[in-house]
Amino acid sequence: MTISRRQLVGGLTGAGIASIAAPRILPAQISEPIRVGLLAAKTGPLASGGIDMDLALTMFLKEHGGILAGRKVELIVADTAGVPATARTKAQELIEKEKVGCIIGPLAAFEALAIADYLTEKEVPTLGVAAAEDMTQRHPSPWFVRLTSTSAQCTYPLAEYVTKELKFQKIVTVADDFAYGHEMCAGFQRAFEDYGGKIIQKIFTPLATPDYGSYVAQVKSADAIFLGTAGSNGFRFLRQFVEYGLKEKMAVIGGMTALDESVLRNMGDEALGIVTTSWYSAELDNPLNKAFAPAFRANFKYDPGYYAASTYLAGEVLEAALNATKGDVVDKKALMTAVRGNNAQTIRGVIKFDEYGNVIGNVYIRRVAKIEGRLVNAVIKTYPDVTQFWTYDKTAFLQSPVYSRDYPPAKNLEP
Amino acid sequence: MKWLATIVIVASFALPPFFAGDFYINLASQILIASIFALSLNLLVGFGGMTSLGHASYLGIAAYVSALLTSRYGFGHGAAAMLSLSATVVMAALFGLIALRASGLGFLMITLALSQVLWGLAYRMSGVTNGDNGVAGLTRPAPFGIPLETPASFYWFVLFIAVLSFLMMAIFVSSAFGSSLRGVRDQPRRMAALGFNPWLIRWITFVYAGFWGGISGLLYVYYHKYIHPSALSITSSAEALLGVIAGGSGTLGGPVVGAAVVLLLKNFASAYVERWNMLLGFVFLFIVLVMPAGIVPGVEKLTARFRGKRS
Repeated sequence: MTISRRQLVGGLTGAGIASIAAPRILPAQISEPIRVGLLAAKTGPLASGGIDMDLALTMFLKEHGGILAGRKVELIVADTAGVPATARTKAQELIEKEKVGCIIGPLAAFEALAIADYLTEKEVPTLGVAAAEDMTQRHPSPWFVRLTSTSAQCTYPLAEYVTKELKFQKIVTVADDFAYGHEMCAGFQRAFEDYGGKIIQKIFTPLATPDYGSYVAQVKSADAIFLGTAGSNGFRFLRQFVEYGLKEKMAVIGGMTALDESVLRNMGDEALGIVTTSWYSAELDNPLNKAFAPAFRANFKYDPGYYAASTYLAGEVLEAALNATKGDVVDKKALMTAVRGNNAQTIRGVIKFDEYGNVIGNVYIRRVAKIEGRLVNAVIKTYPDVTQFWTYDKTAFLQSPVYSRDYPPAKNLEP
Repeated sequence: MKWLATIVIVASFALPPFFAGDFYINLASQILIASIFALSLNLLVGFGGMTSLGHASYLGIAAYVSALLTSRYGFGHGAAAMLSLSATVVMAALFGLIALRASGLGFLMITLALSQVLWGLAYRMSGVTNGDNGVAGLTRPAPFGIPLETPASFYWFVLFIAVLSFLMMAIFVSSAFGSSLRGVRDQPRRMAALGFNPWLIRWITFVYAGFWGGISGLLYVYYHKYIHPSALSITSSAEALLGVIAGGSGTLGGPVVGAAVVLLLKNFASAYVERWNMLLGFVFLFIVLVMPAGIVPGVEKLTARFRGKRS
C-alpha cells in the first residue's frame, strides 16, 4: 500500500504548521489525532461545489495549525462523485477503514439520504450540508445536524421581503427539476402566497439543460422571476434571460444557490441589482468573516460562497464542540450533545440548533453590487434567528407532507 | 497448474471474511453483486451478440419493486422478492419483444431508449418512486431467520447466490441451447436454414439475462438499503458493459474480472488517486491496446505463449 496523496499533503501541512505552533501542541503529540472525514463530490456535475468544500475546510484546519481543542486533527477527504451508491461506499470507507470520529458533508440531498440510515446505524456524528427538508423534519436522526439551511428555510424571509418592501404581487419561479429545486420553490410559494402574493407560473428545468431558450420564451409577464437553481444553472439561465431582453421587463430574485459567489465571478453588469437570500455572504460584516473571506480570496482568487462557507462553518462548529468536550471524540454522545448545545460564533453569526438538529441562525437578503471592480452580494437586510419552520406552527408543519413538485398545490397559476 | 488456479480462486472468495476489515468485506460483496450483473449482461453481449445499453433496467426494476413492496406496502421479503423477480421477467419479456425487432446498433438504441424511459419514470413519478430523494429506510431480509446485518453474514449470502448464478449461467451457455445461441450469434441465416428459430433463441436468452439482472438488483437494494434513480441511469448500464468488454465478453470469468476492475477503480483507487476518472480511462485504453479481447482471454493467451516457450 502506498501513502495516498491526500494523507501525504495532510501530513506535510501538519508538519509545516507544527513548526510554527510548536509550543502549544505538546499534549497533542501524545494523543492520537482526531480523524475527521469529509464527503464531497469532487468529480461529476457537482464537482465545483465539492472542491470548494474541500478547499475551505483544509484552509480552516491550516489556520488552526491542524490543532483543534489541543488535539491534532487529520482530515480524510472522500470523493462521492455525486452518485448515491458511491457516496455510500465512501461513507463506509471513512467509517470502517479510516475510523473517522465524525463526518462533514455530503452536499447533495440524494447523497445524504443514501447514507443517512447507515450513519445513524453506525452512530457517527455528522455535520451536514445537504438541504433535504425531511432530514431534520419528519425523519431526523440524533446523529445528524445541519449547519446551512433546509431547502426552503432561506426563502421565507425573501418572500416577506419582496412582498413588504418591494411590493411584488406576481412571481414566476424557475428551478432545477430535482428535490432541492422542488422544495425551495414550494417553500417560497407557500410563504409568498400567505403574504398575499401570487405564483403565476412554475417552471422546472432538467438539471443538465444545454439551452434555456425554450424555457425563457415561456416565461409569463410578472413582477419578478424567482431563480431556485443550483450550481452554474442560474448563471446560464440568467444570461439567456438577459439576451431575450426580459431583464428590463421584470425583476430577478433568487434562492441561496442561484447567484452564489462561485458563479457571480463569471457574470457581468447584467447581474447588478438582483436580490437573493442566503445564510451567508462573503460581504458579511463580522470579525470572523472579515478574516475568512479575504483570506480565501487571497488564496484562491475568488470569493467564498455557499459551498466554501458551509465546510468552514462546520469546522468552526466542530471546534466549539471539541472545546466543550476537551477534545474527546470517543464519547460520541457527548460530542453530539456538545455540537447541538453550543452557540458557536461563526462566519455567518451565532448559530444554534433546534431539537431536530437543524440550524437556527441569521438569514441575509443580499443585492448584487459592484465593489472594487468585482460583483458581490451586498447584504441589505438581516433576518435574525430564522428557523426551518419560519412563523408556522411546528406540529401542523410536520403533519403536512414534505414539500414537493406538487405540494403545496399552486392555486394561482395562469393558464 | 489448473488445480493451483482453482485453489487461488476459491481462496480469494472464501477467505476475505476471516481476516479483512469490514470495509473490504463490503467491497467484496459489491464486487460479487456487480459480477452477477455483468455475467447476465454477458449472456447477451458475449454469447448472444446482442450489445445492450439498457441492462440497468432489470437491476433497477427488481430493486425498486422490492424496495416499494417492503417499505410501503408491508410485504415480507420472500413475497417481495418473488413479485419483483416476476415483474422483472415480465418486463424483460416485453422489452425483448420490442428490442429484438432490430439487431446491432438498432438493438442497442432501443434498449437504451427503453431504459431511459424507466429512468425518467423513476425520476418523475415522485408520487410512487419518491423521485430524486430515492427510497430510504429499507431492511435486509433474514433468510431462515439468519440476520444479514453484519458485513460477513451478508457476504456469505451474496457469495452463495453468486456461485449459484454463476453455475446457472455456465450451464445455460454450455448446454445445447447455449450452442444454438452461439450459432445464432455467428450464423443466424444458417441456423434458420437448419430449422432453428433465431428470434426465439434470442428472446429466451434476453429474458433469462433479465432474470439474473433482477437477482443482482435484489442484492443491490439489500446491500445499499436505499434506491435512487441513478441505479437505472445509462452510466449504470454502461459501467456493466465496460466491465464485460474489459474482462472479456463471451467468457465466463471475464465479466467477473471486469466488474471487479471497474468497482475497485471506482471505489478503492479513488481514495488514493484524485483523478480516478482519468485512471479508469487509462486502464481501459491499456486493455484495449494490449488485450483487445479482454483481460481473461488476454491473460490466457499470455500464459499459453509462456508455456509454449518453456516446452
